[in-house]
Amino acid sequence: MNDASHWSIFLNAALVNNFVLAYFLGICPFFGVSSKLETAVRMGGAVSFVMLVASVCAFLINLLLDAVNAPFLRIISYILVISSTVQLVEMLMKKLSPTTFRAMGIYLPLITTNCAILGLALFQTNRGYSFTQSVVYSLGAGIGFALALVLMAGVREKLELNEVPDLVKGTVAALVVAGILSMGFMGFAGLGR
Amino acid sequence: MASKEVTSTDEFVKGLWRDNPVFVQVLGMCPALAVSNTAMNALAMGLATTFVLLMSGLSVSLLRGFIPREARIVCYICIIATFVTSVDYLIMALSLELHRALGAFIALIVVNCLILGRAEAFASKNKPGRALLDGLGMGVGFTVALLFIGVVREILGSGSIFGFAVFPDSFQTWTVMVLPSGGFFAMALWLLIVNRIKKKEAETEKAEATA
Repeated sequence: MNDASHWSIFLNAALVNNFVLAYFLGICPFFGVSSKLETAVRMGGAVSFVMLVASVCAFLINLLLDAVNAPFLRIISYILVISSTVQLVEMLMKKLSPTTFRAMGIYLPLITTNCAILGLALFQTNRGYSFTQSVVYSLGAGIGFALALVLMAGVREKLELNEVPDLVKGTVAALVVAGILSMGFMGFAGLGR
Repeated sequence: MASKEVTSTDEFVKGLWRDNPVFVQVLGMCPALAVSNTAMNALAMGLATTFVLLMSGLSVSLLRGFIPREARIVCYICIIATFVTSVDYLIMALSLELHRALGAFIALIVVNCLILGRAEAFASKNKPGRALLDGLGMGVGFTVALLFIGVVREILGSGSIFGFAVFPDSFQTWTVMVLPSGGFFAMALWLLIVNRIKKKEAETEKAEATA
């Protein structure tokens, strides 16, 4: 069990230990879809949603695995259950709310087995969060991811208009921007735990 | 026989430079940046990833006749997750301290796009021997890239290399290089150098072709 308060868990996941900028989780989608602000917002929403689903799944799986005393099955069952649940939710969403599906549906398959999602599931297990703590943690992590993505997209949209040397263009420029953003987020260290 | 040998060395060498997973294909960035704050962590992570690459490449290649096309990704993930779990326990048995330093990132090897990518693009279409060579090449390329980043970060951030001090005590360490942002900067630096060399290579090739 972990006795951290919900508020401090939330702040910690969203700002202090931001998933992208402090843990380097989910770097691929972070660089892949951060060139436009609009796509970044949608991707952020989709990731937050999948994180919530993953967190709930991981909590239940962990209860089951503890009951049968098989912790070595953790990695494999997390990844399989989370990706199939996301697929199910995707089908449900397609049926029930086509508009939401159109807004973020295409991103869902891309992120089901993303390291940010699995990382979230593993961290919450390692820290022994309770059910509500896990949910708050996943919300914080999702919002933090979306925030980093949107900030990054904003900077990169501006960068488009500037002259950048050929060698630096693309990944190198994106890495430097991410490094500077990450330095900015270091300023939050000390908030929460 | 001779020509076959040339191609199999090529399977191995391509991972080192031409198709280097980190610097050229930009795959597997998460672990490359996350655990490269010291050279030792980088080396351990690289070796663990190489092992998983080798074993999963071998298994996927051996089973390529039995895995149905529709369910292949699920099968690959199961195979990879099995080996990642064994590596996780192996490192825990060898050095608890190292296991603590790498944390959840050993388990996260399972979602390293490099491994699934090699299983899908190479091992599922080639014989076990070649799949092993390809896995070894990619693994060594990945390890070397990680070491490069790790060495820069450790020298500048802690003034040491593999834990041995290289600078006199008066050296003011660059704390930023140990922090997460240092990972981004070190990676950007190496990418810049690699881009520069690649561009030079392309230019000389072009000049030779026209000459």
